[in-house]
Amino acid sequence: MNTKEFLIKLCNSRSVSGHESDVVQLIESAFSKYSDSIKVDNLGNVIILKKGKNNISNSKAMIAGHMDEIGLVVKSIEENGFIKFTNIGGIDPRTILSQEVTVHGTKDLFGVIVSKPPHLQEESENEKALKMDELYIDLGYDNNTVKNYVNIGDIITINREIKELRGDRLAGKSLDDKAGIASMYECIKELSKIEHELDIYFVCTVQEEVGLRGATTSAYKINPDFGVAIDVGFASTPELPKKHTIDMGMGPGITIGGNIHPKLREKLVETAKEYNIPFQYEVAPGGIGTDANAMQITREGIPTLNLSIPLRYMHTSVEVVDMKDIKNTAKLLAFFIASITSDNLEGLLCY
Amino acid sequence: MEFNSKLLEELVKTYGPSGNETRICNYIKGQIENYVDEIIIDSLGNLIARKKGNGKKIMIAAHMDQIGLMVTDIDDNGFLRFTNIGGVSPLVSLHQHVIFENGVLGIIAKEPVEDISKLRLSNMYIDIGVKDKKEAESLVNIGDVCVYLPHYCENENTVFTSALDDRIGCYIAIEAIKAIENPINDLYFVFTAQEEVGTRGAKTSAYRIDPDICISIDVTGSGDTPKAKTFAVGLGKGTAIKVKDQSILTHPKLRNIMIEVAKNNNIPYQLEVLEYGGTDSGAVHLTKEGVPSGVISIPTRYVHSTTEMVSKNDVMNSLKLLIKLLEHNIEF
Amino acid sequence: MLLKKLTEASGVSGNEKEVRDIIISEIKDYVDDLKVDKLGNVIAYKNGKSSSKIFMITAHMDEVGLIVTDIDDKGLIKFTTVGGIDKRILVSKPVLIGDSKIPGVIGSKPIHLQKKSEREKAIDIDSLYIDIGTDTKDETSKYVKIGDYVAFDSIYVEFGDNMIKAKALDNRVGCSLLVELIKEVKDISFYGVFTVMEEIGLRGAGPAAYYVDPDISIVLEGTLCFDVPKIDSHLIPTYINKGPAISLMDRTTIFNKALRERIVDIAIKNNIPYQYRKSSMGGNDSGRIHTTKEGSVTATISVPCRNIHSPTSVMSKKDYENTYKLLKAILKEYEKGEFTDGI
Repeated sequence: MNTKEFLIKLCNSRSVSGHESDVVQLIESAFSKYSDSIKVDNLGNVIILKKGKNNISNSKAMIAGHMDEIGLVVKSIEENGFIKFTNIGGIDPRTILSQEVTVHGTKDLFGVIVSKPPHLQEESENEKALKMDELYIDLGYDNNTVKNYVNIGDIITINREIKELRGDRLAGKSLDDKAGIASMYECIKELSKIEHELDIYFVCTVQEEVGLRGATTSAYKINPDFGVAIDVGFASTPELPKKHTIDMGMGPGITIGGNIHPKLREKLVETAKEYNIPFQYEVAPGGIGTDANAMQITREGIPTLNLSIPLRYMHTSVEVVDMKDIKNTAKLLAFFIASITSDNLEGLLCY
Repeated sequence: MEFNSKLLEELVKTYGPSGNETRICNYIKGQIENYVDEIIIDSLGNLIARKKGNGKKIMIAAHMDQIGLMVTDIDDNGFLRFTNIGGVSPLVSLHQHVIFENGVLGIIAKEPVEDISKLRLSNMYIDIGVKDKKEAESLVNIGDVCVYLPHYCENENTVFTSALDDRIGCYIAIEAIKAIENPINDLYFVFTAQEEVGTRGAKTSAYRIDPDICISIDVTGSGDTPKAKTFAVGLGKGTAIKVKDQSILTHPKLRNIMIEVAKNNNIPYQLEVLEYGGTDSGAVHLTKEGVPSGVISIPTRYVHSTTEMVSKNDVMNSLKLLIKLLEHNIEF
Repeated sequence: MLLKKLTEASGVSGNEKEVRDIIISEIKDYVDDLKVDKLGNVIAYKNGKSSSKIFMITAHMDEVGLIVTDIDDKGLIKFTTVGGIDKRILVSKPVLIGDSKIPGVIGSKPIHLQKKSEREKAIDIDSLYIDIGTDTKDETSKYVKIGDYVAFDSIYVEFGDNMIKAKALDNRVGCSLLVELIKEVKDISFYGVFTVMEEIGLRGAGPAAYYVDPDISIVLEGTLCFDVPKIDSHLIPTYINKGPAISLMDRTTIFNKALRERIVDIAIKNNIPYQYRKSSMGGNDSGRIHTTKEGSVTATISVPCRNIHSPTSVMSKKDYENTYKLLKAILKEYEKGEFTDGI
């Protein structure tokens, strides 16, 4: 499958944190051709193993991208059949007003998010941001019918098909971090063309958006020699200070900071320079907000790297990424992996 | 099965703030030791009791610690200053009675504060009725912890008392231990320590046990009081099966098994989508390679106050659900 | 002098190499096993008389500081903080950047050019920058890279009545105590662990504890001290010159009562002054250590430090000496086999 087609399919599927099973088959069907085994663990992480060649020392690397996406969940069903809801993962309520949604009850139901119309508002009200608790979903049914189909705890997703923008850019929901999964897919394809010694565990993690939960348990299970998280990073827009952003189309952000193993990171930078792959730096002083954070402090400690695919409008339904960045991230990762052997790994990891 | 008022009253009246669970631990141990196959207390003070079976290894967690106040300073006149252990509200605490492990009584009072909404624990003190520092120090040391003086009341339907969080969970776990005679699953009942300060006991006990599945039993809030924030859980409407809180998204398969067991046994239940808070399952499900975990919640009004409130029917339904679930051949 | 050497070394969280190297060179001839783990923690083991319990003493090596995020067109350096720093202390401080310790200063708009309303507000980090004396991006880039760590430039000074001023007393004071213990104490089994990245979320301690799997740990710290006049005593976390501070609880740990009481007993028996750390604010490596694996028992003993997390922290030599005495007394009890009984 073409990586872009795979990404579009992924984004158009639903995988709200804790309820990721719907995309497992799609991921399995894409990766199986290039992998030696695929397993789903206790919490639902998909663990794809691609074995290395002559890996006598049994060295392992874990590459993590999260397959979960932010979403909504039914909190209560009101007397008039309206639904009240809360968020799973960080959602700005201002971005979902007048949004079309699907409530995944015993059958999928179309709905719209509504609030008090402007005519009924005090003049000062429209200056205020709406809170989640002031929003409702209208399913167009009365209370009894709604209760037939919908239960408290049912998942709600934002309706948004991927749009292809100019250049090679895509806009849509859940590119955070399905762009990362696509990048892993591109990487495993690259790796099938070149030789590598290490066993590579590609992990499509669950529940990243609610606290890096899938990475915590899968890193424990795999216990790799090092880990790499592929997630998205804030891409520059006019209102964001330059020092907190990376640029679209300029290659992956390579994270620097305490969460990141310094020598491995230098090796990653060398690899990028050697193969002329564009990259940028992203500085993060403490534990970072990606699976790399959980991996580093697992068991006796796991040396960790983080690659960020530049992404605009994070946690909205119009996130934007550039396919070039996804491909460059994959390429960098593949060449990096190929450059690591049991001989040089020990030297790279010692302080 | 009858509602065992005596057991619940003794549970809420036994001292056991986070980090100081020895008394409550010993009390529970005394209640259950004749009904279990193994029992240990670990280094954080968790009480772990096993009922052997051949099926799935299931951890059942109910926390035995309660919120409290720790003395940090004793002034020249014998007034005690304190810090909170767990979520303690200044407004709730004002003018409440407290009791120390050794039985010393006191009341919580405040310095003059103009705007009561700005009341902070650092502006409050405990008065134990002594004349000076010396007398105070003969009764209480820095580092000692007191709890709200328990006052147990009940009527036919309802229990009113402090410390229902989570002695009601302990009650349910104890009654389940007594009721289950030949367990098909391998049951580890854990009365956890230090839940109120961050589910610390659950974390270490789950590491030791390494269960296949975990069920926590804890209180949740209620959305059925005047002008309460939307929350579709109320008293008297059955046990609550958790969908989510801030610490966990219940494994959908496990949640569905719980719903199925409730339905098959005609146990009234509610589904709980909680927007704040967390409980032991939050720590347990991230242990080692991951543990699918769920929560049986008891709808409770006025959590962390001196008069928390639960419905006896909800308690009995929660107990019934736990027993039926543990006796169920869980396929996962 | 060890504490001088340790505090004048740069060891911002995530970049502890210089401190680690000093510690290793100090202790390597006095330990039976020494390793640096995958995160950079130093794990030393001394073999000798032991109890059935594994005993660990820890101190974190890292300090708060800054990290370079960008270099602007004029060659000025933008940065962000590493660990908890009150942004108000930053302006007009000298710093040292990167491994080659390039000197720089943190500048800001002169007071003359500030509006009154500006002067009343704390200066935001986004409007601060480091000047190393260069004029262009290219020139600065010769000396400084994005991602370079920045430490305060502050030398060790002894002043007043037995007082010390230095940067990074939190927690080089703990490192110094632990190094001295390792060097002096003979024939007692314990792990001495120097952790990384405490200041950015206790990141090193968990993995170190996972490896050591201790039963009992003592965490050494430099801790909050704010003993200015006219404050109610319950709001003063610790006092200078009142001896080692023994923690009751903080945001990460309720310290084990039996162990805490044992330590107090030892202090009393040996006529060593001690105080309780009254604040429940803050947290330290103990939070991770005591909840690792099946759990364990911890205590924290600290040297009070004024102006913590600043380039001008202040502590008392007497407190240092009394803390050291207490630690030695604890190890003596341990040697007799009595320290860990019943805990």
